[in-house]
Amino acid sequence: MTTHDEHAHPELGFWRKYIFSTDHKIIGIQYIITAMAMAVVGGVLSMLMRLQLGWPGTLWPSLENIFPTGFAGGVMEPGFYLSLVTMHGTIMVFFLFTAVLTGGFGNFLIPLQIGARDMAFPLLNALSYWTFLLSCITILGALFATGGPPLGGWTAYAPLSAVPAMGPGQGDGMTLWIVAIALFTASGLMGGLNYVTTLLTMRTKGMSMMRLPLTQWALFITAILGTLAFPVLLAAGILLTFDRIGGTSFFVPAGLFLADGTLIDHSGGHPLLWQHLFWFFGHPEVYIVLLPAMGIASDILSTFARKPIFSYKMMVYSMSAIAFLSFIVWGHHMFLSGMNPLLGSLFTLTTLLIAIPSAVKTFNWIGTILGARIQFTVPMLFALGFVSTFISGGLSGIFLGTSASDIAMHDTYFVVGHFHLVMAVAPLFAAFAGIYFWFPKMFGRMMNMTAGKVHFWISFVGVNCVFMTMHASGVAGHLRRIYDPTQYAFLEPVYGMNQFISISAFVLGAAQILFLVNFFASIWFGPKASVNPWNATTLEWTVPSPPGHGNFGPELPVVERWAFDYSVPGAKEDFVMQTEAPARVESS
Amino acid sequence: MPAITEDTTTVRVPEPIQPRDGFGPPPRPPEEDGGGEDPRPGWRPAFPVSRGRLVLWLVLTVVVMLFAGFSSAYIILRGAPAWQNVALPASLWANTFVLLASSVTMEWTRRRTVEGHTASAKKWMAATAALGAAFLGGQVLAWMELAGAGVYLASTLHSSFLYILTGMHGLHLAGGIAALAYVSAGVFRNRYSAAGHEPVTLCATYWHFMDGLWVYLFLLLMLA
Ligand code: HEM
Ligand SMILES: [Cu+2]
Repeated sequence: MTTHDEHAHPELGFWRKYIFSTDHKIIGIQYIITAMAMAVVGGVLSMLMRLQLGWPGTLWPSLENIFPTGFAGGVMEPGFYLSLVTMHGTIMVFFLFTAVLTGGFGNFLIPLQIGARDMAFPLLNALSYWTFLLSCITILGALFATGGPPLGGWTAYAPLSAVPAMGPGQGDGMTLWIVAIALFTASGLMGGLNYVTTLLTMRTKGMSMMRLPLTQWALFITAILGTLAFPVLLAAGILLTFDRIGGTSFFVPAGLFLADGTLIDHSGGHPLLWQHLFWFFGHPEVYIVLLPAMGIASDILSTFARKPIFSYKMMVYSMSAIAFLSFIVWGHHMFLSGMNPLLGSLFTLTTLLIAIPSAVKTFNWIGTILGARIQFTVPMLFALGFVSTFISGGLSGIFLGTSASDIAMHDTYFVVGHFHLVMAVAPLFAAFAGIYFWFPKMFGRMMNMTAGKVHFWISFVGVNCVFMTMHASGVAGHLRRIYDPTQYAFLEPVYGMNQFISISAFVLGAAQILFLVNFFASIWFGPKASVNPWNATTLEWTVPSPPGHGNFGPELPVVERWAFDYSVPGAKEDFVMQTEAPARVESS
Repeated sequence: MPAITEDTTTVRVPEPIQPRDGFGPPPRPPEEDGGGEDPRPGWRPAFPVSRGRLVLWLVLTVVVMLFAGFSSAYIILRGAPAWQNVALPASLWANTFVLLASSVTMEWTRRRTVEGHTASAKKWMAATAALGAAFLGGQVLAWMELAGAGVYLASTLHSSFLYILTGMHGLHLAGGIAALAYVSAGVFRNRYSAAGHEPVTLCATYWHFMDGLWVYLFLLLMLA
């Protein structure tokens, strides 16, 4: 399709253009906005959790009106707390981060940055979004299921998840959880298929793999990770479903009693099998979240350092190494499951090996900004925040990855602090960086940068107050997933810490309202954006903001150089577009 | 606006850019590198595999990982004390031969299409679909045989796997039959020639893959 007949189309109506669209840009934006809505739900749930942990057992009569069962009598129910934990984790990991980073930025950026008119399979792409939306509705439905939402954690450990009679939320609520995750998996697989095919077969002339922006490399590797990891979760989910409705016993051991004393009619399964299958998917999943964040941050750091990325090749190799290693470390989530200590040592070894490519990337980011005249724009601040929180969270990971120390730390707030910094805050900051950075390309207008700076600083201080403090309370022994810390006398010294965390979390949450207002107000009222407001080099900045249908004019661009030609000696400006032919810049 | 405007040709460059310690821009790639549509005449995508074949292999990767998940569950539970083998229904042997035969006819379909013998390809394609359907019917018979012997889904771990693995494989093979039906519409309208026959070859790859997968599952269920 070299000739471009799409341009000849008459203007599509509102519904076709913005709702039932197969245009990758619209689908990307749909993903981002849906994920933002999910983030609001997930965020509100976490605020309720902090309310309980900071002031356990306090009467909240007004909340009883909203959650008649969850706050029966005005006090939060223990089961409701566990449901909050479960739904918060599930929503944030899958429906916010996986969706916004791969679905949102992936769809929006892949064709634009590689010089293609759309994804390889636009219809499949639209189908992937609508399946995702359906999965969002299903998981929200779990909040209102009879018996309440599921309460087994985002990891859905068996046998709790395998026997509907195990708890109120483990019936319909858990069923909806499984359906939602299965739909999400299907949507992710459709997307991944599209990303890999598009990136391999649709790059424009001159866009070799080694000239791709790092965001594209990251999305490519992520899509492959998803293709390998999601089916295993699906397999586990299918077996789990048969345990729940078919009477099989894959994950249910014999001789299990319910709380009311009834003996369950199951025999011979293995609850740990679920953990193995889940974490075989689960650890790659954390990199499905993290790798796109790394790619986005790399590109933005280089742009605002006005310097080429430090060691592009090592960035690509280290991302590939991380992706490979992520499949052989899952046992570090199971050090306390009674595994053979020798096996534990092996998993320690593989886990700590990941620190090497991670450190390579970190040093490369530092090398990129070292000695640079940094432009401290809002996207840059968030990209720097990404590097900072990745380092803090990654360092605590070393203690958790070592089986000897993890035995003490496992299931404490040290773990909660660790994985929030590294897989919640770091990707969140990268996503913010990406949104502030590409917003002009998405909507043709700029976001308000003063509000953006306020948003950044409150968020940055806020997350450190919240999650660094959690490391401390974890070392003091604060258990994870407990409803009421005052039940443990030895936790008395950390009550104050809990209140500090809760207050910081509320401030942090409030700052996000500022972001939402800024985002939606700027869509309509932001100052008009130019074609290339950041003086960046990649292909999306050669076309109007927002780009028309088909992205590029009648001819596709031809790529002449890599994406990081910043401050090239002798060039007229401190950046050279990827489409600029060498003769015009480098020769005399 | 793009950075470099018309007059940059006159810019004097003091030194050519040297890669700094190997960290500089990567060398210029050969001209054909890239892969998408051609903005210039005479340009061919460099990625060596067609889009259809790439998608097929990605789908097969997903299938492999799905069954890898099931298999590892099987292997772990195989060591559980409660494991009890059930006798495999004898009809599974017959079904296996039917499926193997369908792979042969599928291969003949492919070869006849590639050679351009459409009339012959039509016959073999119909035979393949019929054998595929016969296999699925045979698997249902095997389930009935099991149930007749009092072996149900929840009877033992082995029987659970027996039902689920055959069912999952059957679903995937049904997908293959659907694809075959879709492609056959083209064959029967003589759309495929010696030059343009990719849908048939893709179907054949998928079919052989399902055949191999079944042999693997059968061996797993029988020997392990
Ligand atoms: C050097 C890097 C890292 C090491 C050594 C490491 C190690 C660990 C270990 C051993 C645990 C389990 C602790 C326990 O449950 O007792 C853990 C938990 C976790 N990690 Fe990491 N990690 C690293 C990086 C990451 C990254 C980059 C992410 C995300 C992108 C991540 C996400 C998580 C999550 C979500 C959990 C919690 C899982 C749960 O619910 O139990 N980690 N980490
Ligand atoms: Cu892990």
